[in-house]
Amino acid sequence: MARLSRDNLALAQEILARYPRPKSALIPLLHLAQEQDGWLTEDAMEHLAELVGVTPAEVLGTASFYEMFKRRPVGTYVINVCTDIACSLVGGDELLEHAEETLGVRDGGTTADGMFTLQGVQCIAACTEAPCLQANYRYAHRVSHDEFDQLVDDLRAGRKDAEIPRHGVLARVRQTIPAERAAGAIVPEGQSEPAWLAAAESDAS
Amino acid sequence: MSDTPPQTETVTFTLNGKAVEAEKGELVIKAAERAGVYIPHFCYHPRMKPVGMCRMCIVDIDSGRGPALQPSCMIEVAPDMVVNTESEGTKKAQDGVLEFLLLNHPLDCPVCDKGGECPLQDQTIAYGPGESRFVEEKRHHAKPIAISQNVYLDRERCILCDRCTRFAKEVAGDPLIHFTERGSSTEIATFPDDPFSSYFSGNTVQICPVGALTARPYRFKARPWDLVENESTCTSCSVGCRVSVQTSRDRVLRYQGVDVDPVNWSWLCDKGRFDFEAVHGDERLGAPLLRRDGALADASWNEALGAAAGHLRTALETGGRGSIAVIGGARLTNESAYAWAKLAKGVLGTDHVDAQLGDGLPAAAVLGLPRATVDDVCAPGGTVLLVAPDLKEELPVLYLRLRHAVVSDGARVVELSPTATGITPHAAVSLRHRPGETAAVVRALLAGGEAPAGVDPDAVAAARDLLAGDDLTVVLGRSSLAESAAGPVAAAAAVLEARPGARFLSALRRANVHGALDLGLAPGVLPGRVALDDGRDWFTSHWGSVPAAAGLDTAGILAAAADGRIETLVLLGADPLADFPDADLARRGLEGARSVISVDLYRNASNEHADVVLAAAGYAEVDGTTTNLEGRVSRVSQRVNPPGTARADWIIAAELAFRLGEDLGVESVADLWAEIEQVAPAFAGLTADRLASAAATDGFVVPLPAEAAPEAEPDEAAEGDGDAGEPGVTQPTAEAVSEPADAPATEIVAGADEDAAADDVEDAAADEPGPDRPALLSFAAGAPGEAPAATDAYSLRLVVNRRLYDRGTLVAHSPSLADLAPPAVVHLTPKDHDRIGVGVAGVTEVRIRSARGDVIVPAVADKGLAPGTAALAFRQPGADAATLLDAAAPVTDVRIESVEGGGS
Repeated sequence: MARLSRDNLALAQEILARYPRPKSALIPLLHLAQEQDGWLTEDAMEHLAELVGVTPAEVLGTASFYEMFKRRPVGTYVINVCTDIACSLVGGDELLEHAEETLGVRDGGTTADGMFTLQGVQCIAACTEAPCLQANYRYAHRVSHDEFDQLVDDLRAGRKDAEIPRHGVLARVRQTIPAERAAGAIVPEGQSEPAWLAAAESDAS
Repeated sequence: MSDTPPQTETVTFTLNGKAVEAEKGELVIKAAERAGVYIPHFCYHPRMKPVGMCRMCIVDIDSGRGPALQPSCMIEVAPDMVVNTESEGTKKAQDGVLEFLLLNHPLDCPVCDKGGECPLQDQTIAYGPGESRFVEEKRHHAKPIAISQNVYLDRERCILCDRCTRFAKEVAGDPLIHFTERGSSTEIATFPDDPFSSYFSGNTVQICPVGALTARPYRFKARPWDLVENESTCTSCSVGCRVSVQTSRDRVLRYQGVDVDPVNWSWLCDKGRFDFEAVHGDERLGAPLLRRDGALADASWNEALGAAAGHLRTALETGGRGSIAVIGGARLTNESAYAWAKLAKGVLGTDHVDAQLGDGLPAAAVLGLPRATVDDVCAPGGTVLLVAPDLKEELPVLYLRLRHAVVSDGARVVELSPTATGITPHAAVSLRHRPGETAAVVRALLAGGEAPAGVDPDAVAAARDLLAGDDLTVVLGRSSLAESAAGPVAAAAAVLEARPGARFLSALRRANVHGALDLGLAPGVLPGRVALDDGRDWFTSHWGSVPAAAGLDTAGILAAAADGRIETLVLLGADPLADFPDADLARRGLEGARSVISVDLYRNASNEHADVVLAAAGYAEVDGTTTNLEGRVSRVSQRVNPPGTARADWIIAAELAFRLGEDLGVESVADLWAEIEQVAPAFAGLTADRLASAAATDGFVVPLPAEAAPEAEPDEAAEGDGDAGEPGVTQPTAEAVSEPADAPATEIVAGADEDAAADDVEDAAADEPGPDRPALLSFAAGAPGEAPAATDAYSLRLVVNRRLYDRGTLVAHSPSLADLAPPAVVHLTPKDHDRIGVGVAGVTEVRIRSARGDVIVPAVADKGLAPGTAALAFRQPGADAATLLDAAAPVTDVRIESVEGGGS
């Protein structure tokens, strides 16, 4: 549970090769690290810093901007219950309250068995289907209290494994880019640098 | 807008109704400031790229489409632009920005270190709304948190201006602090357990526009209005950064960097910034010591000076002039160095004088090679050859300048070093060579021919292309103390042969070592960069006599002392037992000298052997001048009194001369400078008036250019228009010294004559027409030495480099820095690391054995090392590399074996 495993390191190298600058691969690599451990460990962030050639502080600076990168351990399933205006009008808050009772944790808490982390969130962009929630970012629409209990039971029993992978897994089909199409595979001398790159770099650093 | 215009092209725009000229491409905020209109700001800093973060500098700018509020730090001036910094809109914007910035900023100014010198406080008073509509609870954080050993962060006070983080990334290249949790709870943070341990971290405290970053050594020590400041020059290393020395109640409390264009651009390294603590170190000598009944005990100056003079007199009587030797002098001001040179060479008549401790380069090379300034080396688009130690470790602010030149100005660096250094990531080509091969690699680069085996041929080819041009600057120093100085000197000769136009910047690191060499504290030279033989007539006419022949350097002196040929050894702020890179020779030398006189600030290993220790006044306790590695002379200022009865080095020299029946003919620092200006050719024309002029903030590179050399009126500050406010107090204090400034000049000539008469040196030829001023020394390449024998198959070639924080005097006596010195550890190539078996079966330590001795240290693998070498830093806690070294050997080969079960 720490640095990237040997397999993931190989994947990381492949991801790095897609970009003309290693630093550009940081966010895909953060996802990879989160996929490995379920959350972003400090060791993993340090490892990524080495891989992309920045300091761990810079990795933290990037990772901490994104709510979806978890820097504390979370449950196997992160359940986001929307309490923003549209959901709130049709029972979002009650749904969250019910979820708290069902799971026995407060908003933001993780169940003792490490299965569920419950979060109240603002607008997950499904207002037509309110009240809605996400389990590991997979949607459930117009959720009744019973449906919520059912969802939790199904997840506990593994009946949803086909649809909802554990936290950190973004997609089961991994993006592959053939080596010859990866930007990094072009030798630097043979590469004509796009004009915006130099401009962006002189701005940035 | 079209093609790139020349730098000087000007643009006219309207500022508050008046037409103002600005440079094309200049930012509105800067152009306005030059025109006398201050635009309030927090995030903008003249030495960093603008970010437009704080919004404080928003003003009305009309670029042709009507006035609009725009950040003046992000907008370049354009023709016909109309800027209004006093409009209603501007005022409202400033009100609003300040009210916003103060929403969460605690109003704890009375207990904040920054209170009284705080841009937020000042600008709130000048531009703020006066009251806030925000009545809610402010945000709270644990305060303060340490982001490094010496820098503390108070997140409640932080206004997120991005200055410190920009500095860390853009200037220092150590982005160890960063914005985290960006959004409504943005804060500055380090990575957990990865502190902001940059050598430059202290600068963030200086540029923080609020009290968010504070320096531990200064926290709660003083209020700004209680501080008195003088501009001075940092002497922690030889870069010579301009500083403001700030004191209260006779204690130095803080150094702040002063922005000067040619040198430090307002930056300081942490060693230079925080070693002020050493000024008031607990162990400073406040009185002279005299050996009584075998032990050193406090003595009166009369007794101590009498005893010291007695030793010198005895030496002159029993062993003659060549039996006295003086080691050290790099700590001294130029004036004190001159006084000691005059005492040693003119009065005592010995040429066994060396300010360097076997860790530098021969004076003939340092003084004689064509010189480059820092600006020359860091010129945009230039090519620099580094045959030097790790600049980041030894000359940190030079590293900052060079890094900037590479990163922002397209300079290209070809580095020659046995180890990876701070500049390696920025070098166009970094070549790894082994000690002893320096000259051979340089020849291969510049004159063609084979590079030694082991040096990457592709890198050699790339470097050759880069170095093909004629305009070449070289930074020259010792990349390894385990390689004799002959290597870099031969490399310099090879450069000059291939590129006669090349210019050199010396990378010797000791404080005022360049001033000491300039003023004659080296064998074979006389003050003002003159060879002993060339200057013989001139100096005989001024001093009465000069030594008959060139003397010994420090290694020679110590060897002679070990053989019993030195009667009296004077340690002029030198600690050879700790600093000389041959511990055995240093010990034998000190034991072999019949008597040892030490002039020092502290007791140290070497002056435990002394018969007399004379307590000297140190930095911030004396006025005078110092000379940096460019040959730039700038002033150092007294701000506090020396401890006890400690006195300036030149006074000690004059007292000793007096007790030997001679008169140095000087009664003040001003006298000394006047005499230097008259006598020492390299300093001709650099009068006290010039040094006191406004231009003196930048210092003067000697020798002055020909047209400036004749006596001239102090030119009014032509340069340094000061875009980053300089501390106001720059009034020279030397003028407080009794005589008016113009008097000494005439008196000196007379004084010198009286001198000659008073000496009963029978030298009557001193008067009348008088000899010509001698020419400055120029470098003559010696015969190339023989390449050292190849390393045998069982040995590794030792590299001894340095770290910024070591057990040296300044760091060791500064509590805030002493703990930062990393323990000694030997670096091995990964191959040797594995071969020796480190990391296997619990082995972490190795024994390094040389012909001289052995040490046991932990080992780490280092990919940046030249093959066949092992690197150990000098003077780190835990091991003494000096015990491995032989001063007479051109290189040191060592055998390394693993130590079972870790020893100590």
